[in-house]
Amino acid sequence: MTRPRNVIGKPRRRVDGRAKVTGQTKFADDIILPRMLHCKLLRSTVPHAKIVRIDTSKAAAVDGVSLVLTGESFPIPYGILPVSHDEHALCPDVVRFVGDPVAAVVARDEATADRAVRLIEVEYETLRTFASPADSLAYPEPRIHDYGDFGNVHKAVALQFGDVDAAIAGADHVFDDTFFFEGNTHLPIEQHATVATKDPDGKLVVYSSTQTPHYLHRALSKALAIPAAHIRVVATPNGGGFGGKSDPFNHEVVVAHAAMRLDRPVKIALTREEVFYCHRGRHPVLMRFRAGVTNDGRVTGLDLQTLLDGGAYGSYGVASTFYTGALQTVTYDIPTYRFRGCRVFTNKPPCGPKRGHGTPQSRFGQEVQLDKIAEKLVIDPADLRLNIVQPPDSLTANFLRVGTIGLADCITKVVERSGWRDKYRKLPHGRGVGLACSSYLSGAGLPINWNDLPHSGVQLKLDRSGGVTVFCGATEIGQGSDDVLVGIVAEVLGIEPFDVRAVTGDTDLTPVDLGSYSSRVTLMMGNAAIQAAERARELIAEGVSAKLDIPKSRLVFADRRVFDSEDPGKGTSFREAVCMAEAKFGTLGTTGSYTPPKSPAKFKGGGVGPSPTYSYTACVVEVDVDPETGWVTVPRVWIAHDIGCALNPVLVRGQVEGGVYMGIGEALMEEQAFRRLPAKLSHALVHKFPSILEYKSPTFLDMPEVFTDLIEHPDPAGPFGAKEVGQGPLLPIMPAVANAVYDAVGVRIDSIPVTPEKILRALEAKAAGKAPRSGPASFPEIPWPETLHVTPPWAGGDGRADNDPKRPTHRKVDAGIEAKAAGMTKEARS
Amino acid sequence: MMRLPSYRYRAPKTVQDAAAWLAESPGDTMLLAGGTDLIPNMKRRQQVPSTVVGLRGITELSRTDDRDGLEIGAGVTLTSLVHDERVHARYLGLWQAVGQIATPLLRNMGTIGGNICLDTRCTYYDQSFEWRQAINFCMKKDGDTCWVATSSDKCLAVSSTDAAPALIALGATVRLVSATGTREVALTDLYANDGMHYLTRRSDEILTTVTLPKADGWRTTYWKLRRRGSFDFPVAAVAAAARFDGDRIVEARIVLGAVASRPLEVPAAAARLAGQPLTDDLIASVADDAYTLAKPMDNTDFELVWRKKTVRSLVTSALRELRGDDMRAARTKLARHPLLVIS
Repeated sequence: MTRPRNVIGKPRRRVDGRAKVTGQTKFADDIILPRMLHCKLLRSTVPHAKIVRIDTSKAAAVDGVSLVLTGESFPIPYGILPVSHDEHALCPDVVRFVGDPVAAVVARDEATADRAVRLIEVEYETLRTFASPADSLAYPEPRIHDYGDFGNVHKAVALQFGDVDAAIAGADHVFDDTFFFEGNTHLPIEQHATVATKDPDGKLVVYSSTQTPHYLHRALSKALAIPAAHIRVVATPNGGGFGGKSDPFNHEVVVAHAAMRLDRPVKIALTREEVFYCHRGRHPVLMRFRAGVTNDGRVTGLDLQTLLDGGAYGSYGVASTFYTGALQTVTYDIPTYRFRGCRVFTNKPPCGPKRGHGTPQSRFGQEVQLDKIAEKLVIDPADLRLNIVQPPDSLTANFLRVGTIGLADCITKVVERSGWRDKYRKLPHGRGVGLACSSYLSGAGLPINWNDLPHSGVQLKLDRSGGVTVFCGATEIGQGSDDVLVGIVAEVLGIEPFDVRAVTGDTDLTPVDLGSYSSRVTLMMGNAAIQAAERARELIAEGVSAKLDIPKSRLVFADRRVFDSEDPGKGTSFREAVCMAEAKFGTLGTTGSYTPPKSPAKFKGGGVGPSPTYSYTACVVEVDVDPETGWVTVPRVWIAHDIGCALNPVLVRGQVEGGVYMGIGEALMEEQAFRRLPAKLSHALVHKFPSILEYKSPTFLDMPEVFTDLIEHPDPAGPFGAKEVGQGPLLPIMPAVANAVYDAVGVRIDSIPVTPEKILRALEAKAAGKAPRSGPASFPEIPWPETLHVTPPWAGGDGRADNDPKRPTHRKVDAGIEAKAAGMTKEARS
Repeated sequence: MMRLPSYRYRAPKTVQDAAAWLAESPGDTMLLAGGTDLIPNMKRRQQVPSTVVGLRGITELSRTDDRDGLEIGAGVTLTSLVHDERVHARYLGLWQAVGQIATPLLRNMGTIGGNICLDTRCTYYDQSFEWRQAINFCMKKDGDTCWVATSSDKCLAVSSTDAAPALIALGATVRLVSATGTREVALTDLYANDGMHYLTRRSDEILTTVTLPKADGWRTTYWKLRRRGSFDFPVAAVAAAARFDGDRIVEARIVLGAVASRPLEVPAAAARLAGQPLTDDLIASVADDAYTLAKPMDNTDFELVWRKKTVRSLVTSALRELRGDDMRAARTKLARHPLLVIS
């Protein structure tokens, strides 16, 4: 079945590369339509307030202004998750953060709109400012939203898999650590932009820099009360997304409404400051990890609590909350596990999904805690991890189905290449190495809107020209999805990528793909593309077989030809072959679709975490720390990623290095930080520095040398065995940096970012005989809901919660099995 | 994008014309050289002059002349200085300072005069109009309170010029031209330690020339602390210059950057150094002087307590380098590039 491949696996220039480097790619802000108007939003200057009065008369009177809008025009709420439809395009009655949109002006040009929007007067009645999770837990009133679990708690969840308390109590050692991960943002180079227009038929067309045209399509339909069939959403190529363009946004709804009302195209292009207010980035997360560990370094049980600062709206927050606890077990063998997560609302820009979505924070805590465990037990951190890697083809304690695992190979590779054994605890004072690992999903197993429909659809059009056009709703956000799509079709049909044209991210022209999030595109779109292309190959083979009298089973598609494997000279060009099929069958077109396998997790909350397969990464980071100032630099990173199969190794390496870059930024400097003015003097709560100058991210000069290795164990779930690479390689960087700092100067930095100030404070504490550490002191008491008890698979669990009231046959928990979990070792279970 | 307010733009060809036009309404006219500071500030409504006098067309401002020392026109771009072999050979500290300003692209536009006159900076002030509205503005523009220290009756915005500390350490003077006359002042006297009124330049004066004395026997250096290897204003910096007789210092100047509203000379340190060999003990006591004097505030990147502590380390590095210690590794870690050759 395996035959030599001509496209897949070979490094090649991405199909959209030429347009990008020659400046010909048309981003949303490059679109200029005849009679186009421009829109500016007025955003709240108070963090939390009732809108008492809005006077738009002066703005409306400005010459060149076509329309002024307020919340009255947008009565219908929307949001990305069905459980959090809590946003309005313009705030109708309450503003919830500095930057929340209140009004909009549409004018003949941007300068006029800018001038007019400044003339709108808004009177506010201020409400209490919630600046931190502590505020939100302390004061249930006033509620930032009138929904959510209680007070200003958006969501609180508690899940338990086996008797984790007994397992920890019975362990040789108990480690109890708290960590903090500061929020940070995506910082795409392209600022969000949208152009909306009414097409000549009277239907709405929206071009937008969105990662998720399908979800925008749904949101526009709901918020504007226009049938989805009468809306076309075109996702323009994104100049970077990283999760920051995967919610439906206020500005998209506003210009869509304005274009329909005015019957003229309307554009909006956000400023950098506005992008900071759109946010949906990394949640600040406080974490507590309690782990029971045996003398030989096995984890008997893990009890994890997380507290997320959600900001002002729901966004993906419910999913983000579950993600902070979903993937611990996918990396390492953890037989008993309890996860409790809580997300609160605060008066800041909403947090959401950023590369790694909810998992980097707890990945940081887990990997740093493992480093502490290794230190205490005097085991090399690499060996400690190699010893507890989750076995392949297994079901974790929280019912995640794991396929192939290349993690051990990743660890071995970076240990070898970095010279780890000669460096760890052996470098001179001030220099150090740290190791960390991670895993990530290759696509969320469940859709955002639960249904039985495919997650990705692909259509293929072939005709007598010999050209092939492939249609898919997937969105090119810079990750290379167009290239993956074209490469797969070319491979299956034995033609060159240049012979294939891709039409993507257009709800009128392309079948639905759920969007570029959760590292799902290569796997899901790829499998759908293989199915569509194989169906086309079958039609062509039948046409050729009949015409040239070659048995179908002997036909080979390669080198733009279809020929007899036993007599390669006998055959025809691909173009002729398509003609034979078209003559036989009429107009040619095929489809493919992909739906992930059903998850064995049947408990509430089990919808977050399942994936067709998981990627794995290991890295070693080297740091240089000045013990006098704490100044820290990262000269080198070694990273190995389990990609399953590298469809285009150039793209894969680019994603790995890009992940390292973003990880270094998060590890060392990036902070979505806020200023609360003295409460006696002011209600103000503002983003500390919503600019690309003062929000620090690394430059070329700060980028370490990166040594990348790809580990390829094809996974049957992936197209040609491929897994994800867009998110996973970011995850181990932050903990590896913290672990390396400890190796260099002997202090623990248990909070991200790892800054020189924190290092110096910890060094000073160490010198004063105090705990050599910088990090949170404690985790607050949270009124957790009743814990859902799920019996792990190894104890005979069926994936449902034992205390689920909706459980079909209410089963009493087997106390004997639970007790066994306490002293459980891997051997005992297998 | 962010939009500029409307303003009248005038483009003189001579300093005389510029001075005459400036004199017409000095209170609401501003001078524009590279524009890398003024234009973004205007977009954020930090400065809203009704008239902008552009100096870019005045060719005499772009000249650099060898005189007794070096006369640099205020309109000479930072890139030109980085590529000027004379600057590199004679005034290494200045070259190191200029080479670390902003980014290569911004240095193509930014001028030496612009960097000297750079508006003081503050994270409560360098924000859009709407952001500043959200804190009810600050003392420096449109408001009453200094949010950096609410009891302060003086604006605490921070001097963020890299060039000025180096130039002051080198003993630079500047020429100020107005419609009524010309005056030459020591650069150090151009500054006042006040975030709002940080220049003693009269509003009708144009800074036209920077004059550096001969540098025979002087060694100079500049150490800059910033988060990234490029693109960042200093959060602490030291320029040090010393004239040696053998291993003994004859005369020295130490100037701190970004720890006050003006470049801060450390006269006690200079006095302590005169006539002495640069021992480790002496370096440590001079570093202490600088540490004591530095008053960073919570209005830049990094925490102020830490910034203050780094002053000691920066001064130590600078003096050790002047002494002849090999500081290349430490400098590369801090600057993220070696700063050794003309780029």
